[in-house]
Order: sequence, then structure tokens, then C-alpha cells
Amino acid sequence: MIELVGLTKRYGEKVAVDGLTFSVRPGIVTGFLGPNGAGKSTTMRMILGLDRPTAGDVRIDGRHYDQLKDPLTYIGALLDAKAVHGGRSAYHHLLCLAQSNGIPDRRVAEVLDTVGLTAVAKKKAKGFSYGMGQRLGIAAALLGDPQILMFDEPVNGLDPEGIHWIRNLMKSLAAQGRTVFVSSHLMSEMALTADHLVVIGQGRLLADTSMAGFIRQNSRSYVRIRSPQRERLVDVLHEAGITVVEAGGGTLEVEGGKAERIGELAARYGVVLHELSPQQASLEEAFMQLTAESVEYHAHAGPMEVPQDWGAGWKGA
Amino acid sequence: MAAVQVIRSEWTKIRSVASTVWTLSLTVVVTVALGTLISALSRSQYDRMPVRERLSFDPTVISFAGMTLGQLAMIVFGVLVVSNEYGTGTIRVSLAAVPQRGTFLFSKIAVAAALALAVGMVTGFAAFFLGQAMLGSLGTKIGEPGVLRAVIGSGLYMALIAMFSMGVAAMLRSAMLSLGILMPFFFLISNILGNVDATKKIGRYLPDQAGSRIMQVVPRIGDDTPYGPWGGLGIMVLWVIAALAGGYALLRKRDA
Repeated sequence: MIELVGLTKRYGEKVAVDGLTFSVRPGIVTGFLGPNGAGKSTTMRMILGLDRPTAGDVRIDGRHYDQLKDPLTYIGALLDAKAVHGGRSAYHHLLCLAQSNGIPDRRVAEVLDTVGLTAVAKKKAKGFSYGMGQRLGIAAALLGDPQILMFDEPVNGLDPEGIHWIRNLMKSLAAQGRTVFVSSHLMSEMALTADHLVVIGQGRLLADTSMAGFIRQNSRSYVRIRSPQRERLVDVLHEAGITVVEAGGGTLEVEGGKAERIGELAARYGVVLHELSPQQASLEEAFMQLTAESVEYHAHAGPMEVPQDWGAGWKGA
Repeated sequence: MAAVQVIRSEWTKIRSVASTVWTLSLTVVVTVALGTLISALSRSQYDRMPVRERLSFDPTVISFAGMTLGQLAMIVFGVLVVSNEYGTGTIRVSLAAVPQRGTFLFSKIAVAAALALAVGMVTGFAAFFLGQAMLGSLGTKIGEPGVLRAVIGSGLYMALIAMFSMGVAAMLRSAMLSLGILMPFFFLISNILGNVDATKKIGRYLPDQAGSRIMQVVPRIGDDTPYGPWGGLGIMVLWVIAALAGGYALLRKRDA
């Protein structure tokens, strides 16, 4: 259990983390979502006692991080895959960490096996690919067999096989009753792994909700219609008690999954249709709407404009 | 957090990187080789030396002549031990494992200083015996008054130089910045300040000048240094304490 109460971090005038209050519970994967620069990494560093909060408090199982005896046995974290001395072998990197927390040496071989790095255990870390570095970081997090695990953007830079592996790893850790807290800036990624969702933007809490609840609220389904006889169609639907919205570009939208009904009505009244397509708004769009005002690095000076087909290839969620 | 665990961990850290081996072996090789060479040269030049120089001829100091250069490798060792953590970002991993920052820093320094002391002692004794062998009849013996103190002192001096460098690196974090300050300071500035009359009185309170007094056996003619061999080493220890205290204060205060 990680508990944050009014956690705040200020760098001079700039507020990086602004009064965050939420809890990360055991037994589920909690996704920590926010655009780049939202304060996710800063929050995680404060949880680990690396950065000092300007105000507020964060506790792990009721205690401050530096009050934990052998902290790696309580909480394991992956912050930065590149945080390894290039001249040191994977084995020695993990051995130093194990020794500092009184973890038996044999655990090093065990976690190297878990992440699949046994073959390169004695190789210098500077020869590692990004994905291998990520696996080494995860091995370090698992070293003390902790009840709480924290991963900062673990799928970044990984190949599809690695991404698949991490998703399953996080789910199985949560299934063992552990607390899993994972950050990402991709909604689609969270939708696949997280049971609970904490969304922040510009350091502020925007949502703290179950994944199922978030999907229910935000994945809007509607029907898109194009017709050369717009006015007539609107009248017909109106009489049938169906609300139609003008969606720009000559298209009409109807909430809900009423495509069959609309098709039948159009046929009965002889209205020509050029398009009648059921649509599903993606979670990515919902997330972008939620954080739109708090996105720090806009591509343009004005509010972010997203082309309709933007990301169509990958935002399957 | 048991300090013993952290010391074990720091020992694994220090022995698992190549820079430890090459900086320390360079220290030994450069100091001993150069000391031996200068001892051999001094012997062949002795007859042509002015009387004044012959009277203050200190065979012990001459055998340590290689240390001026050899200590630079020791400085690199001290700087890298600390700055490696920052250059690679492992400082965050290390401090997440050992959140007690004092325990972390002083365990690291204790391990590195013990290693530097061992290497310093080996270097000191090797440089002394090889140097005296080259000096032949002009040489001295380990049993002569003050000589053993000077040889042991040379090992202490090396360890203190390394510790001072660790303190500076803990304050500055960057290896380039630390070396950019320490190298010219010990190799040039300190020598210049110590040899120009106007600044001599200040120069002799600098860590290396005060500390190296311990290696001197025969007093220089007209020497008015206000401290003795142990007094000089004490001044160096104060510098080391100041550097380490500064490093600790900043580590405690800073976000990692």
C-alpha cells in the first residue's frame, strides 16, 4: 500500500506535483497515467525518498521510505533502464544491491533467470540493448521479493515480445496479491494492463477510478450518418424520437448503437444514405480530452488539434 | 540499515569496475618507476650539486619524487569512485537501496579509503626500497630516525589525497568538473603558490604541501615551516574532513 497525502513538489516558481492525494492498493495493477511532463516520475522519486516533497507526505505501508529496514524487500522500483554502470556486469550490478539489503546472493541468479538475462549475466552492461537494460532494471526491482512494485514507463523502447512479457509479469505480480504501480503516457497500454487508473496532468489529480468505470464513462458509442437529404432525415429521426447531432463536415451523429433502427427508418421513408456506420470513441480520445488543458508541451501554440484519423493504426482500445 | 551490509555492497561495487584496477595500478607504477629513475639520476648528479643542496640532501624524499605525478592517478581513483554513481544515474538505484545517505556515503568512502591506504603503503615501501637501492651509498635505511615515519606517512598521504578527491567529487558530482579542478590544483597551482615567496606562507597550508611534510626526514636549510611532520599531516586531515563534510551536507540536502 502506497499512500500519498497532499504531495507537492515545487522547483522555484514551477509546480511539478500539486497536492496529490491517492492510494495504491495491493492485489491490482494501478496505472499512473499522464502526458509527458505531468509529474509522474517526480512523484515516483518522492515515493522512493529520492526527491524531498515541498509539502505533503507519502508513506509505504504506513512508514516513510527511509524508515524501512532493507527497503528493497518492501518496494522494488524500475525508474530508468539506463541507470547502470556500463563497465559493471549485470550480475555484479544486482549483487551490490542484494548485499546492501541483506538479500541472499542466490536471489541474483533467480531474478536473472526470471527476466531471461542468465546468458549475459557476466557481460558488461554497456553492451546491453535498451530492452535488456529494461529487463535488468526489472530484475533489480524483483530482487528483494517485495510486496510493492513500481515501474516508470516500463514498455518504452521495448519490442512487441518484451511488451507482452512485461504486461503478463505485472498481471501475475498483482495476482499474487502484490501492489503494482505502473506509469505510462499511453492510454491504450493502460487499458490492457491496469485494473485501476490514476490520471494526472500538470501535477494535479484528474481522475482516480477503476479501469472498468473509466471505460464505461468514456468509451462513447455512436452512429455516423451521411445523407444527401439531411433535412428530411433529421425530421424522420426526430419523429421517431431519436436525437441527432450535427457533427460538421456534413455528417450527423446519433448516440448509442441504433444503426439498424436508423437504416430501417430511412428505407421506410425513402431517404438516401451515403453512410451509416457504428463508431466507438477510443479511450485514447477520452484521455486526451481529460488532459487536454493540462498538456504541457503542445505541438502548436494553440489548443491541440487532432486529425480525425490520428493514431487509427494503433489506438485499438 | 546495517553498515556492514552497505560496506560489503560498496566493496563489490569498487572491485567490479575496471577503473579501480587501472587507476590504482597506474598510481603504483608511475610513483615507483619515476621515484626509482629520479633516485638513479640524483646519485649520478650528486657530485655536481652545490654544497647547500648536498647538506639538505634527503634520500627518503628523493625516492618519493614520483608521487607528484603518481598522486594524479590516485586523484582520478577517488573522483571516479564517487562520480561514477552520478555519471551513470546509478545514484538513484543506490539511494533507493540505502536511503540513509550518511551510511551510503561514508561506507563508500571507508571502502575506497581502505583500498587507497593499502595501495599507498605498497607504493610507499616499494618506492622507498627501490629508490634507496638506486641511491646506493647516498641512501638511507628504514631504521634511521624518522625514516619509517616518512615511509608510512607516504601511504597515509596517498589515502588522504584519495579521500580529499572523494569529498570534492561528492560536492561537484561531475567527474570532468572535479578532475578539471583537482588536477591543475595539485599539479600546478599548489606548486606555484608554494614556490613563489609572496604566496609561500599561504601555500604551505594547502593539503598536499602540508601533508607531504610527513615524508621529509632531513630538514631544509633555512626552513621556517611552523609545523612538524605530524602537524602537517593534521592540516591535511582537516582539509579532508572539510571536503567530506561538504560532500555529505550537499548529498543530504539535494534531490537525487
